[in-house]
Amino acid sequence: MDNLLSIVTFLPLLGALILALFLRGDDEAAQRNAKWVALWATAATFVFSIFILTGFDASNTGFQFVEEHTWLMGLTYKMGVDGISVLFVMLTTFLMPIVIASCWGVTHRVKEYMIAFLLLETLMLGVFCALDMVLFYLFFEAGLIPMFLIIGIWGGANRIYASFKFFLYTFLGSVLMLVAMVTMYIEAGTTDIPTLLSFEFDSAVLDLFGFHILGGLQTLLFLAFFASFAVKMPMWPVHTWLPDAHVQAPTAGSVVLAAILLKMGGYGFLRFSLPMFPVGSEILSPLVLWMSAIAIVYTSLVALVQEDMKKLIAYSSVAHMGFVTMGIFAANQQGVDGAIFQMISHGFISGALFLCVGVIYDRIHTRDIDAYGGLVNRMPAYALVFMFFTMANVGLPGTSGFVGEFLTIIGVFQVNTWVAMVAATGVILSAGYALWLYRRVVMGDLIKESLKTITDMTRLERAIFAPLVVMTLLLGIYPSLVTDIIGPSVSALVQNYDVAVSAFDAAAQTAEIAAH
Amino acid sequence: MTADINTMLPEIVLALYAMVALIAIVYTGKDAMARLSLWMTSIVFVGMAAWIATSGEGTSVAFGGMFVDDAFSRFAKVTILLSAAAVLLMSEEYMTRRDLLRFEYPLLVALAAVGMMVMVSAGDLMALYMGLELQSLALYVVASLRRDNVKSTEAGLKYFVLGALSSGLLLYGASLTYGYAGTTLFTGIVDAAGDGPMSLGLIFGLVFLSVGLAFKVSAAPFHMWTPDVYEGAPTPVTAFFATAPKVAAMGLFARVMHDAFGTSVADWQQIVAFLAVLSMFLGAIAAIGQTDIKRLMAYSSIAHMGFALMGLAAGTALGVQAMLIYMAIYVTMNIGTFAFILSMNKEGQPVTNISSLNSLASREPVQALAMLVLMFSLAGVPPMLGFFGKYGVLVAAVDAGLSWLAIAGVIASVVGAFYYLRIVYFMYFGEAQDDISVKATPVLKLFLVGSAAAMLLGVINLFGIEAPAALAAASLVN
Repeated sequence: MDNLLSIVTFLPLLGALILALFLRGDDEAAQRNAKWVALWATAATFVFSIFILTGFDASNTGFQFVEEHTWLMGLTYKMGVDGISVLFVMLTTFLMPIVIASCWGVTHRVKEYMIAFLLLETLMLGVFCALDMVLFYLFFEAGLIPMFLIIGIWGGANRIYASFKFFLYTFLGSVLMLVAMVTMYIEAGTTDIPTLLSFEFDSAVLDLFGFHILGGLQTLLFLAFFASFAVKMPMWPVHTWLPDAHVQAPTAGSVVLAAILLKMGGYGFLRFSLPMFPVGSEILSPLVLWMSAIAIVYTSLVALVQEDMKKLIAYSSVAHMGFVTMGIFAANQQGVDGAIFQMISHGFISGALFLCVGVIYDRIHTRDIDAYGGLVNRMPAYALVFMFFTMANVGLPGTSGFVGEFLTIIGVFQVNTWVAMVAATGVILSAGYALWLYRRVVMGDLIKESLKTITDMTRLERAIFAPLVVMTLLLGIYPSLVTDIIGPSVSALVQNYDVAVSAFDAAAQTAEIAAH
Repeated sequence: MTADINTMLPEIVLALYAMVALIAIVYTGKDAMARLSLWMTSIVFVGMAAWIATSGEGTSVAFGGMFVDDAFSRFAKVTILLSAAAVLLMSEEYMTRRDLLRFEYPLLVALAAVGMMVMVSAGDLMALYMGLELQSLALYVVASLRRDNVKSTEAGLKYFVLGALSSGLLLYGASLTYGYAGTTLFTGIVDAAGDGPMSLGLIFGLVFLSVGLAFKVSAAPFHMWTPDVYEGAPTPVTAFFATAPKVAAMGLFARVMHDAFGTSVADWQQIVAFLAVLSMFLGAIAAIGQTDIKRLMAYSSIAHMGFALMGLAAGTALGVQAMLIYMAIYVTMNIGTFAFILSMNKEGQPVTNISSLNSLASREPVQALAMLVLMFSLAGVPPMLGFFGKYGVLVAAVDAGLSWLAIAGVIASVVGAFYYLRIVYFMYFGEAQDDISVKATPVLKLFLVGSAAAMLLGVINLFGIEAPAALAAASLVN
């Protein structure tokens, strides 16, 4: 199949169109139909995406399943995946049926809800498959629209503030990236990502408004992209939109946000920043590493004092994303491998944690930690699942959470021991807040009157968690499943990076000798 | 002589049509024939657009260079005529219901259209002024169409006084230019300006001409009339103001800058870039506090003119092409948006308050969705066409070394996104209260949904306007 990627990307859109055009009414039957159509569309997408994985040749570090058509304004419609992006595609297609299944209880504007999620899936897949800069930007930005609506229409009490903050924050970051992309287009004469990957952007020192900019254009472009991806990631100190968005978003929205949307930032760093602006990355990597270390410790501490469960998990997400940026900017095999692994694993774990909150929120309608306690007495199955994912979040060996954190710390240890040390304390803190949350919610005696009649997980809920448990365990016990696929591409990326950086260093040295 | 007339035939035909129809209707049915006049004028517009789009080829000049017919003018004329036809068709129901439908209205629009066509074809300062005044005089009258309404009359008067002032400034610039160049012909001015630095007198002429033109495109800081006129004029007239005259003024701006001062881009680039950046920010910031959707659209149009001027500021063929594409997309978006505004009403009375849109999405899902698409498109969020318009001018600006302008532009667009989102917020997130109904007639609905669909489907190939726009730009910039 020549256009497998397009099929996978636009299949959810097709489902959305079918819903929009053919489904009428808002009675119970129509709602059920909408959910089934959405579930089938996402399931079919997953099935098709399996062909991508089976047909993928991991030893080939180039782009595969490439399709290319001319498009408007000198752009091309070009899709393709390599070792770095293919697993994100799989993560998305794997999680979306679970997300849809988790909204089975929604009754407010179901059809529109399903359409929003299907649209979102198309846009997310597009981000990971696009091989044209502007096409990437198109998918990247367009994703804001459905998410804005999901938070704004189906969100909690303070949803309007959260949705505006989410939209404007990320929009501001992205438009600077757009200017950088336009500059790259003018410089390199193309928007084709594979060509740009081998294009060397000017790294000669640039004087701008009296500032002496080391790394020149590369540094400026890096900063523009950084503005976008750091917000998306989100990195400290521009992470403040995330807790708001998470708390106000409906459960399924939080799952998508934490599990997939945040990964776009990390993917962007790996697709653009690191390979296209190696010099800029190298110059600014100490800053990014320290920002990551601060993020890990600071947001873990903030998570400790949260009273809202979702907010706590949101801060924990920021901390875990700190490991990702740290690994990426260590720019060695272990670091980048670990970063990608951490993103995939965080996709399963954070998604599952938000679903765990959703399970009890659906029953009690509050996210206050204080409103719970002693759930284990009436919900043993829930207690087990929640325990499992809490442990995975902490990074218990045997779960996928461990592998990512361990690899990124090894990676960064070779580059900057202090950052590695600070980050490692974050692991301890994460055990602190996660276990304390678990203790307060699940352990103890069941004394709250409102909890006396709470019921354990339904069969549907168990079915939703089962694949997540399997994946978390599988990746924890046998991480080569992931690293074998990403390894060759990452190693090519790291090699190119090292070559570019050492060439820059050599040039700088010659310049210094010449100056003396 | 025959060749001259042939070149100008579309304008002559349209002018004759307007005058003959005026006399014929005065002597026959008067306002009873208003509907007929409206439909006929629209059909004539569409017919003329088709004629111009298919017939013209290459560049030909008439009357010793005073009138130029080239790919650029044809592109602008087609856009002007089609948008004018769309606005006329949209106004029928609104005007009939409010007893505003006079037979002169479509014919005045037709005369304004003739003026606009002359504007974009002008090859001489006098032709420029003639076209501009023909357009403006017709528009002053249309603005105060609602004679018994204070706001409408005020709008007309304000428009007239400020329009006269801007015409005066423009004339002053034209006379200075004539004084120092010794000719009013654009080709002569280019020769006089030469390749080197321009004489001080010509620069003064250029500045005053630019000020006059900036008034007409309502670029900041010469935008003051726009919100009041937009708010006061009857909504269909506002819709008209927001579309065709903007294209004409922008076309004229490009024509003067490139045809008359094409060799001294550096001299006017700063002026245009300054106008652009000021308009983008003013439009974005001032619109935040607006509660009236017509005023909001006025500020939105100021911001959009800023973006179009960014394309012009590049001073390259790429920039002109981007500007033309931007204007075509802008006009399409505005037609859809005004089709929506025209259908907003409460018990038959027009409503323009934004907060009255509360929870519209649950009552009118299709129209709310179309409006949502248009709002995101106006904000420049992909995949809507509005994004590609912005992308085009950004590429042109960065290509011309105006990266600072591009950065300023995108930041302004984030500020601007806020108020477009606010409309979406009212429609989708607002608490339910039964407020207004949006009972659109089939025509309005067609334009609203059609323009929203165009914003989405255009992502495939921009409806092929890219090649004509490139041709148009190439014919202007050489």
